[in-house]
Amino acid sequence: MTLLSVKKLGLTISGTPILRDVDLDVDAGEIVGLIGESGSGKSMTALAVMHLTPVGAEKTGSVRLDGKELVGLHDRQMCFFRGTEIGMIFQEPMTALNPVMTIGDQVAETVRVHKRVGRTEAMVVARDALGRVELPEDRFPLSLYPHELSGGQRQRVGIAMAIALRPRLLIADEPTTALDVTTQAQILDLLKRLVDEDGMGLLLITHDLAVVAGLADRIAIMRYGEVVEAGETGEVFREMRHPYTRALFEASRHQPVRLAPEVRPDAVPVLDVRGVVRDYPVARRRLFAPRRFFRAVDGVSFVIHKGENVGLVGESGCGKSTLSRAILALEAIQGGHIHVEGEPVGTGASFAARRKMQIVFQDPYGSFNPRQRVGKLICEPFHLLGAEAPTGADRDRRIAEALDNVGLRSSDALKYIHEFSGGQRQRIAIARALIIHPALIVLDEAVSALDVSIRAQILDLLADLSDRMMLSYLFISHDLTVVRSITDRVLVMKAGRIVEEGETEALFRNPQHPYTRQLIAAAPHLDRALAARDIMGGNNG
Amino acid sequence: MSAFFVKRVISLILSLIAASVVIFLVLEVVPGDPAAFMLGINADPQAVEALRDQLGLNAPLVERYFTWVFGLMRGEFGTSYTYRVPVAELIADRLWVSLPLAIYALVLSTLIAFPVGIIAAARRNSLADVTVMGATQFGIAVPNFWFAMLLVLVFSISLRWFSAGGFPGWDAGAYEAMRALTLPAVALALPQASILARVMRSSLLDTLGEDYVRTARAKGLTRSQALWRHAVRNALIPVLTILGLQFSFLLAGAIIIENVFFLPGLGRLVFQGITQRDLIVVKSVVMLLVFAVILVTFLVDIAYAVADPRLRRQHA
Repeated sequence: MTLLSVKKLGLTISGTPILRDVDLDVDAGEIVGLIGESGSGKSMTALAVMHLTPVGAEKTGSVRLDGKELVGLHDRQMCFFRGTEIGMIFQEPMTALNPVMTIGDQVAETVRVHKRVGRTEAMVVARDALGRVELPEDRFPLSLYPHELSGGQRQRVGIAMAIALRPRLLIADEPTTALDVTTQAQILDLLKRLVDEDGMGLLLITHDLAVVAGLADRIAIMRYGEVVEAGETGEVFREMRHPYTRALFEASRHQPVRLAPEVRPDAVPVLDVRGVVRDYPVARRRLFAPRRFFRAVDGVSFVIHKGENVGLVGESGCGKSTLSRAILALEAIQGGHIHVEGEPVGTGASFAARRKMQIVFQDPYGSFNPRQRVGKLICEPFHLLGAEAPTGADRDRRIAEALDNVGLRSSDALKYIHEFSGGQRQRIAIARALIIHPALIVLDEAVSALDVSIRAQILDLLADLSDRMMLSYLFISHDLTVVRSITDRVLVMKAGRIVEEGETEALFRNPQHPYTRQLIAAAPHLDRALAARDIMGGNNG
Repeated sequence: MSAFFVKRVISLILSLIAASVVIFLVLEVVPGDPAAFMLGINADPQAVEALRDQLGLNAPLVERYFTWVFGLMRGEFGTSYTYRVPVAELIADRLWVSLPLAIYALVLSTLIAFPVGIIAAARRNSLADVTVMGATQFGIAVPNFWFAMLLVLVFSISLRWFSAGGFPGWDAGAYEAMRALTLPAVALALPQASILARVMRSSLLDTLGEDYVRTARAKGLTRSQALWRHAVRNALIPVLTILGLQFSFLLAGAIIIENVFFLPGLGRLVFQGITQRDLIVVKSVVMLLVFAVILVTFLVDIAYAVADPRLRRQHA
């Protein structure tokens, strides 16, 4: 019998339809990937199975676990299934754990709410569960608090809570989206191992085709609250019957068209970073202990020439964000120097260097003041021009030009930011960067929060702008696929140092440094995963 | 934990030193000579000078500061200029009214605010929530002395359950003393409870929306288990801040209520000290109140560390 059988599941929230006729099956010991872009209803499907939908939700259809109907159960009855029969893990390991409870207590709580056992017995189960997710007690005592663990370790605690009572079904909602590539690979391996060991069914929800292509036995693709295509993984990728499946596939492998920049090494480089050092003071352990420092950026040197797109990759904590803040003169540096088109950069220095560079951030929602109109938001960088800042009709012309350059209308200047989608907001962020005609734009995970189809459009836009305006980019990302598709050169950063640097294609094809090899091997790669399944294997040899 | 504790203690001591210097200097520059005030307008200048000598007012500034501070440390506050009794005795009598009153009011306020705030947050937008929000709005808006007079009208004059004012002293028995403090404590507690309930509600609404509450529900906790075990404890941190501020206010700021109920408390003592230029009393009481405020802040800081493990090991 099918372990989880969802039939014609419908969901409305306060009358608005969210899910329509969703059919989904998960067998014991099977990994099913549920794929879709934001708003497709994939997370809501999981929450509907768990009965954790928001207030005002109405369900129709049927959800059966081992033949037992779950739709229509009272919340109290459902509490029995949660944690014992169905476990669930979530996307954000940073916030998914209670910050004021030890990890031991949090894992033991799963046991204590379901079984009539004392704290000591529950702790034995917790110890065992944490051991199974590779957090052995000798190195990770049960008395640790979540803030003492890294993101990947916290996600392991989340998994331990979900599997402590060996549920039949595990639902993982974007379990690795917030993690680094190497950590992601480890967590995915762990999930696969637990499925094999316990014969558990796994419903893996993700937006990343490459993740499921390598892992799932079967996949279902959702859009607008409906499953548009479902089947055995290899078959779905081979046949791609639905146009949306094909579109998603194309967008995931999208390669923007770029002209090769004419790099003139003798000209003054757009960005010249020489031996930059950034030290952070570390909190004193004892009152009169000498102040110690953490070297976040350790003697980094590189140049970016006019029109060049340079990628900067590395895991979180490697110093790439610190470096980008130092380049933008947002942080003082303790050694070396930075020049932008020959102008020195430093905190307190003039605007001469600052007006030559701009930044686009990751979060298209948080990086705008919601109370200002778009026109005002995008001309903010004008303050760097001082007395030369355009005014009146000239200013309006510049705003219209910037909006036109990113594919928006000049009338959009009068709107507020909440009237735009995530992709449009990122276009506005790019317009804000373009408006003072900078030589360099720092793109700090600028496409990481976007869905694949929107991401493909923004990448095209960036490539086009770079070609037309001879713009240089410093493209910071943890997503190697994206970096590979848009940059000319790549810098690989580890523990504050650049460990490898080279032409993008050459570096990806033939990585020299062991760390680079490790990163590339860990990153989910759609073509590689499909080749391993003998789909599209022909052209890869 | 120990580094955190030591840092807090050092900050406590530094605050006390700074406060004592400020209080001393401010009272130095206020106009009005206590000796002249005590002897009346027509006093002989020589007699005034002699009294100034006797009171130690002619010694150099620094010497007088240290005399005062070392006296405070030994519990010797000097002698009141007007009452001619040791200030320590004056304060001790009043403290036995003001401190129990403040604690009484704070306990009442907490006992009302916690359940009310939790119910309102747990049943957001329900009738209970709307009622709580309306009632607390009223509680904040109404001045506590007006509310105190209303209490006197109802419970003393009509129902005759409590006396309308005065304090029989602790010698009359704990029951009688607490009875006399009940109406003032209620009058003080209601506005405080209204504020605290609102803070509790909004803080709890924030934590109820947190991911870890959803995680707890996914583990199989019922709605109320998730509320009590995960949301409430995390919601306590902002509530503790308000609670600390309220205690300091209740200890020093009850002057009006003390006047309405004719209670011989610290507030009235300071008020009388100021009007009679009894600067040594003012100085000592203000210092005592500052000490209490700093101590409460210190205790709140320690309570934070107990409530939130992230604060125990501070990172840069």
